[in-house]
Amino acid sequence: MDLKRSEKKGTDKKPSLKAVVRTFLAPKVAVVRTFLAPRIREIKFDLHLLSKSATSMAGVALLVMLSVVAILPWLFAAPNYPDPLYMPFDRFLPDPTPPLSEGFLLGSGNNGADIYYGIIWGARISMTFAIQVVLISVVIGTLLGIFSGYKGGTLDELIMRITDIFLSIPSLILVMAIAAVLGRDLNATKMALIAVWWSGYTRLVRGQVLSIKENSYIDAARASGSSEGRIMLRHILPNSWAPVLVSATMDMGTVVLVMAGLSYLGLGAAHGMAEWGVMINDGQKYFVIGYWWMVVFPGMAILTFVMAFNLLGDGLRDIFDPKMRR
Amino acid sequence: MFWLQLLTYVVRRLFLLIPVLLGVTILTFAIMRAAGDPVTAYLTNPEQIDERRIQEIIDKYQLDEPTWTQYIYWLKGVLEGDLGYSQMSHLPVSETLALKLPATFELALTSTLIAVFVGIRMGTVAAVRVNSWIDQTTRVVSLVAVSIPVFWLGLLLLMVFYNQLHWFPGPGRYTAAEFNLNDLKHYTNILLIDTLLNGRWDFFKDAVMHLVLPSITLAFASTALIVRMMRSSMLEVLGAEYVRTARSKGLPEKTVINKHARRNALIPTVTVIGLGFGGLLGGAVLTETIFTWPGLGAWAAQAAINLDTAGIMGFTLLTAIIYVLANLVVDLAYAYLDPRVRLT
Repeated sequence: MDLKRSEKKGTDKKPSLKAVVRTFLAPKVAVVRTFLAPRIREIKFDLHLLSKSATSMAGVALLVMLSVVAILPWLFAAPNYPDPLYMPFDRFLPDPTPPLSEGFLLGSGNNGADIYYGIIWGARISMTFAIQVVLISVVIGTLLGIFSGYKGGTLDELIMRITDIFLSIPSLILVMAIAAVLGRDLNATKMALIAVWWSGYTRLVRGQVLSIKENSYIDAARASGSSEGRIMLRHILPNSWAPVLVSATMDMGTVVLVMAGLSYLGLGAAHGMAEWGVMINDGQKYFVIGYWWMVVFPGMAILTFVMAFNLLGDGLRDIFDPKMRR
Repeated sequence: MFWLQLLTYVVRRLFLLIPVLLGVTILTFAIMRAAGDPVTAYLTNPEQIDERRIQEIIDKYQLDEPTWTQYIYWLKGVLEGDLGYSQMSHLPVSETLALKLPATFELALTSTLIAVFVGIRMGTVAAVRVNSWIDQTTRVVSLVAVSIPVFWLGLLLLMVFYNQLHWFPGPGRYTAAEFNLNDLKHYTNILLIDTLLNGRWDFFKDAVMHLVLPSITLAFASTALIVRMMRSSMLEVLGAEYVRTARSKGLPEKTVINKHARRNALIPTVTVIGLGFGGLLGGAVLTETIFTWPGLGAWAAQAAINLDTAGIMGFTLLTAIIYVLANLVVDLAYAYLDPRVRLT
């Protein structure tokens, strides 16, 4: 009886949620313990080092602020319809008004263009532009660099010569020619920038790979039968990303400097867009007669944006430089 | 023996230049052709647009041939010393480049001198007093300097020092109202040298004053790079054995830093300086535009916007040569300064 009951009980009893989760996660826990844990510990240590540097933390703080503004701009300035990336205009206010005047916190530009609105939504434009350009360039550059450095031989030679060509081409001028034809179009500018930007990462990654592939753990991986693709992606890539991360962080700022410069020349963002370079271009003819706010505020926005990434990149470089560490 | 080795090295490097130059020009040509209809460059006003005129242009410049053939025509011209005719400046490309390069050279040289002077000093001090408030300030200042948009900086400097304080003259290479370029006999097209050779002190002073603001604007970013490089290489050198030896010999700290440490720390910095100077020689589009400086950058930007293919091709060829040569010179300088480096 008792036995039966207990048997019945046993079959009836549902396994506790905790047990299910545990059995389900067991292999994953193993992965976390053996594969992820040392990496997580490493990242934690990096973050600890980062938090001790005042300048890096200033960069992180600026970056958080900029990201909030870029992701949720409508919290700070009501979007302008139909396209919120364009500045709101008021035809009944032809002359610029100074900061803190009625309705304009940071003053207004030509035809009542709200400078404050431009600063806020400009962060979104700059952030998306920089992320797209840098991310795509990093992916292309890293893959080519790993491939070139690991394989070596004629293919390596070929890829490096092509990289040389792209590095010695006057990229800004070509971007201008492309922009001149396609018109003032941010997407065209983006494509043109990506087309020249990848080459720097290729060279950087290749240099890394050349020293990494001499390590004995690469030989060990090869001896244990790993395929070349697996060696490149699982062994070389994770060990070569640090300088790429530093370089990419700083390039986020540089890309925005280039974009703003092109827009200032009338080649990047379209006229009337809430883009900082366009705003400075609009304001410069008023600058001479003392309407400083149309130039000063957008310029400070660019400076803040680029500065945030440079502060962080500078801190990251110190962390990843083994000579400076510990 | 050494000279022979050096010569073979240089010749080999120059040979390697050829495929790069071919690649750069082919790519540029393709992009220019893909960018737009080449006929537009030859039509300066809307009244000229009629079928007959367009056909004339197409026939004259062989624009109906395949792009590849057109490139070969261009290449043939270059090998015969003819870079083509720039539609935008209404001059042969080679003449335009000869006119624009000296102005850019002047600006690049003065700004590099400023950057080297300030950068090496600041970098050394920051490294000697590492982690002091001077070091931290230097770090923040140089980060601001690389982050500042150059066109904005130029506008601010013009606003403050020209518009408000009247310390320096406005945009341009000289005061056009007072001086005339045709008064000078042109030896080099470098205004600072030509005015002196002509014995025109007043003109020379005017030219120098016009150089100050654009040079400072351009020097900002390069100074920051030199400071960063100088600081890190100085830190490395200061930890070296021979610096400890020098100190333990009882040499004064000043001698140790200036004679033993700084000289060696300069070696990697030379790379940054050389490549930066080479980059500046290619023209600084934004700075030249703001200060209406008649240099390569501003001209090339206009040529690009006007789809002046011959102009852009000439410009690309020149900047690519400068870039590759700057790399070569830097490598040679490196080997000269650091005997451990061997040229292979």
